[in-house]
Amino acid sequence: MSQDVAIAVEHLTRRFGEFTAVDDVTFDVRRGEVFGFLGANGAGKSTTIRMLCGLLKPSAGAARVDGIDVGRDPEGVKRRIGYMSQRFSLYELLTVDQNIRFYAGLYGLAGARLETRRSFVLEMAGLAGREKTLARNLSGGWRQRLALGCALLHEPPIVFLDEPTGGVDPVSRREFWRLIDDLSQHGTTVLVTTHYLDEAERCDRVAIIHAGRLAALGTIAELKATFRDRPILEIRSADSVAAMTALDRLPFVEKTSLFGTAVHAVLRSARTTVDDVREALAGAHVQVASVQPVVASLEDVFLEVVDRQRERSAA
Amino acid sequence: MRKALAVAVKELRQIRRDRRTLLILLFIPAFFLFLYGYALNFDIRHVALAVQDRDDTPESRALIATFVQSTYFDWVETVTSDQEIDGLMDRGAVRALLVIPAQFAQDLRERRPTEVQVIINGDNANTATTVMGYVSAILREASARAGGPAPAAVITPQPRVWYNPELRSTLFLVPGLIAYIATITAVVSTALSIVREKEMGTMEQIRMAPISTPAYVLGKTLPYLILSQTSAVLVIIAAMLLFGLPMHGNWAALSLVLAIFLVGGLGTGLLVSTVAETQQMALQMSMLIAFLPTFILSGFIFPIASMPLPLQYITTIVPSRYFLVALRGIVLKGSTLSMVWQPIAALALYAAAVLGLSAVRLARE
Repeated sequence: MSQDVAIAVEHLTRRFGEFTAVDDVTFDVRRGEVFGFLGANGAGKSTTIRMLCGLLKPSAGAARVDGIDVGRDPEGVKRRIGYMSQRFSLYELLTVDQNIRFYAGLYGLAGARLETRRSFVLEMAGLAGREKTLARNLSGGWRQRLALGCALLHEPPIVFLDEPTGGVDPVSRREFWRLIDDLSQHGTTVLVTTHYLDEAERCDRVAIIHAGRLAALGTIAELKATFRDRPILEIRSADSVAAMTALDRLPFVEKTSLFGTAVHAVLRSARTTVDDVREALAGAHVQVASVQPVVASLEDVFLEVVDRQRERSAA
Repeated sequence: MRKALAVAVKELRQIRRDRRTLLILLFIPAFFLFLYGYALNFDIRHVALAVQDRDDTPESRALIATFVQSTYFDWVETVTSDQEIDGLMDRGAVRALLVIPAQFAQDLRERRPTEVQVIINGDNANTATTVMGYVSAILREASARAGGPAPAAVITPQPRVWYNPELRSTLFLVPGLIAYIATITAVVSTALSIVREKEMGTMEQIRMAPISTPAYVLGKTLPYLILSQTSAVLVIIAAMLLFGLPMHGNWAALSLVLAIFLVGGLGTGLLVSTVAETQQMALQMSMLIAFLPTFILSGFIFPIASMPLPLQYITTIVPSRYFLVALRGIVLKGSTLSMVWQPIAALALYAAAVLGLSAVRLARE
């Protein structure tokens, strides 16, 4: 295993009875990388993370986290990772300071190191001077940053963030991602699961999980490259459903999907023009407000990947 | 060990801020004792008595006076006609009716056997039996005073009741209450505190940290052991002040028995917490596996010896049963540890069993 790989996952599989939650997943996460884990609820994200954190034994395959085999030495893994979930696991009846001291105690921090780390966390979360506030009285953004701080107390080289921005306002979310970038710049590896696609765009690389399988993996640019020869048009119409039905009948449209009130149509070839589509829709008597080409978003990629995965499973 | 301490310190800080838990642990027990102690009383005094004196002689009035002076009966009604009797009983105005026949005094003077009629309301069989006992005792006494024939038997019983000479049911019931209350504090507080962490999601965070299960469990239960032990001792002291519970044994032995019983209770709470996912579910499960058996199957209220045989077998796995034997022994009889080693061993066995079972369940999660 090379020095610059933080997490190495090989053919990782987890079955619960008949059900296979994670199915033969293989990928590497490099040191200092912000690695996004994208997938619908129940796709297998959490099960994968639980195996990587040493909470769940793999049914087959292996994973090494910071060089430690998760199946053989789960306790060794726990010492090397930080973990924070969307529930911001803080004790509401304890103060900011008492929460920090408790989690420091769990990781065996004491003395001078405890004091340094405590100030670091207070500083990072912007909670210096509010040590005596009850966690219950903190708003979402503060709690989120305090929870992250508690997960970083023991200076883990690898941090797992399980949907860390759930229920937090947009400003706090942006601030939180600035902290993640900061961590990554200081060499900490961050594996973050999310279903916010705009957040996934901020990751160095993204893995898309669907139905327990790794459906796609790469940088955002790499993932979007799949649409290089297949332009995407955005069609706005008073009757989106009628527009979609009409588009689906056109031979040069590969597929359509609904994006808010607009319809996205993936064309089979770059030779088809906006005017071709406009004419065809007029021929089908669909009133159209606008038709214009758009840059592929991660959502387009996600839907494409899921579709392809579904076709593969059906075949 | 340092990590267990971190958990314990955190737990104590939480309890201090959580007024509700603190209230449940420290004050509800004393309140329960007060409530149940006065409500659960099988002694019957001041039974409302109606009297129909058809004789109206000094002898008949003396008999009535014997009833009243016993303090077991209060003379509340005087009946002159037979028609009134039904109404009095139906309205619940009286529990018992004493009818003295017209030739009562004459029979006594002529040393003829005479009969007085006593009608008792049997809607509550327990009360009726007790009242009947009082009536027989009073009549026996009156009969002897009137120079009645000596008892036919040559051997007469001279019963003396030890440890509770006045046969006050409170003395018998209070130890049961202590067991009941200690069960609540130990089982419920442990189960709720762990299940709450599951609900809040902090449990998941702790499981991601490098702390061993025994260290976590130790840190989590130690504060509750100390608290429930304190609470139980407070309840015992309260029982002494309020109900005159004696202390014939020694406190060290009592504390030891209490601690072993409470460890079993904490273990039960732990076991509940490995199954229950919500606090409500934990409460219901504790109810089922800890409260009900303590109330019904421990010998607290219903004597085990008079249960059907299958139920008697079931009581052998109810820890409160052994706790009661040891507690009554130490408190009422002044038993030493060597005299109650059997129930103590049973309690220790129970504690080891539930803790072992919880450990297996925790390891599998």
